[in-house]
Amino acid sequence: MRIAIIDERGLRATILEEGLREAGFDDIEVVPPTGAFVARLERMAPDVVLMNLGNPSRDSLEEMLAVSRALARPIAMFVDQSDDDMIGAAIDAGVSAYVVDGLRKDRVKPILDLAIRRFHAFSKLQAELDEARTELASRKAIDRAKAILMESRGLSEPDAYALLRTTAMNQGRRVVDVAEALITAASLLGGKP
Amino acid sequence: MIPLSIAFLPLTDSAPIVAAAELGFAEAEGIALNLVRDTSWATVRDRLVYGQVQAAHLLAPLAVAVTLGLSQTPCAIAAPFKLNDNGNALTLSAEFAAALDPAPRNRIDDPVATAHDFAAAIGLHFRKPVIGIVHRFSSHALMLRYWLGFAGVNPDRDVTLRVLPPSLMTEALRAGEIDGFIAGEPWSSVAVNEGLGEIAAVGVNIWKRGVEKVLATRADWAEANPDALDRLVRALSRSAAWCDDPANREALAELLSRPAYVGQSRALIAQALAGRMPLRQGAEPVDIPDFLVFHRGAANFPWRSQALWIYSQFLRWGMVDPSPESERAAADVFRSDLYRRALAGEGIPMPGASMKVEGATGTPLGAGSHMGSLTLAPDRFFDGRTFDPEAIPAYLRALEIRRDD
Repeated sequence: MRIAIIDERGLRATILEEGLREAGFDDIEVVPPTGAFVARLERMAPDVVLMNLGNPSRDSLEEMLAVSRALARPIAMFVDQSDDDMIGAAIDAGVSAYVVDGLRKDRVKPILDLAIRRFHAFSKLQAELDEARTELASRKAIDRAKAILMESRGLSEPDAYALLRTTAMNQGRRVVDVAEALITAASLLGGKP
Repeated sequence: MIPLSIAFLPLTDSAPIVAAAELGFAEAEGIALNLVRDTSWATVRDRLVYGQVQAAHLLAPLAVAVTLGLSQTPCAIAAPFKLNDNGNALTLSAEFAAALDPAPRNRIDDPVATAHDFAAAIGLHFRKPVIGIVHRFSSHALMLRYWLGFAGVNPDRDVTLRVLPPSLMTEALRAGEIDGFIAGEPWSSVAVNEGLGEIAAVGVNIWKRGVEKVLATRADWAEANPDALDRLVRALSRSAAWCDDPANREALAELLSRPAYVGQSRALIAQALAGRMPLRQGAEPVDIPDFLVFHRGAANFPWRSQALWIYSQFLRWGMVDPSPESERAAADVFRSDLYRRALAGEGIPMPGASMKVEGATGTPLGAGSHMGSLTLAPDRFFDGRTFDPEAIPAYLRALEIRRDD
């Protein structure tokens, strides 16, 4: 069974592809949704097409499925029209499946199940990465703000941090917001940014 | 507060929804509105059909197509409120536009001549022109087909219509993948501003009251949640009136220009809201009355006859087979009954009927109404034809170019 994954070659596509291979599907191709991807897909004639729901090329692909002779008729988007829970889970995970005619439901379901789990895993990974990145940025801002306070007011590091924290508490703001405001103010006043 | 989620696409005509959420119109009706931005119409449709959102900013023809189950799972849609009329523009590459009247103003003022020029230009071009449309079942595509069909162009044979989301049109034009596109604002303004193309036609000059986006919900959801729906329609009615008021244009443009909504230049958005469209880079923008209408002239009223006009075009281009069931289902998508119920106590004049002969009004017309006086705006088609919803077969026979030609 031939499966096409329409996505940029990146972490998400890799995660999905590896999962499918582990599950025993080995005829898989990742097709980036650029240029003449639709023509390439037509030549491949896949049984199932998996695509990220947020992909801007979704409309183009649906149109192709609606008019394409090579791929025959598009049959159903998603596995089974009556399986609302499954479709809901797929949308949640950000995956949409296009199934080409003549494929039985029981053969597609495991693929979609797996895709859903993999996409969820990817978004969790992404969220953790974003969080780590934000945390790093926050810590840098707080360190710079502390340095400004230590230099301009002769405070020790613990005292500088305590000042930032109490200011934030008094104003009902996050410490990092106060730190950023201080950095901005300091640079406006001509100090070292 | 009733929590409701609405999916939308980054387009100027999402304004009534954005303003309802941002300016308290929804809150005043006891609704906590959550807006979900998407890039493609397919995603908006799926979110609506599979219940991730309760309502959507949707292409009117797509609402009819989903109900009829064209290209996807059938799902009855209820559209109790039209979000806007008009707002589309056809932008062509400079190379292609060179075959039209040299004065851009003449092109948009005389759609009859421009349609013929376009037809002639196809022959001059070294290949079939590729025109970007935002969806197979979009008002833009139907309007373009109607306009080209008038000049003897068969859109399924003589041009290639390529589907792309609106926000990718300018890039595709820059890359030479398309020779032009028809889309809602701000995408034509953006393309002209960057010198990628010239505006050759505007929707309002093809059909004075071109049906554009609707507020769409699932019919079963509308049935089960009458109170929430009424509140939402009232909030949108007030929001649409606010959006239509020239005094609010600058504020509205600022709101829409934010990255969370349209994310394009505030000046370009404000200009299009005022109906001042740039036709060619560097040229003074021109005034196009009613370029985009949010409220005036009963624009929000979902005429069942307009849903049937959409259905007639689906028949014309072979997108659906004729049947009494399909015809009834299509007319039932536009829920004038729900509009009337929600706005009954609002002092908004209501048309006496829910169907009219489309294209028959040449000058503003006072219409029979239950309350106050109602003035219907001119709704002429550029070719002077009228559409009688009671006589669809005769209407189709009279159109020169059809799919079965």
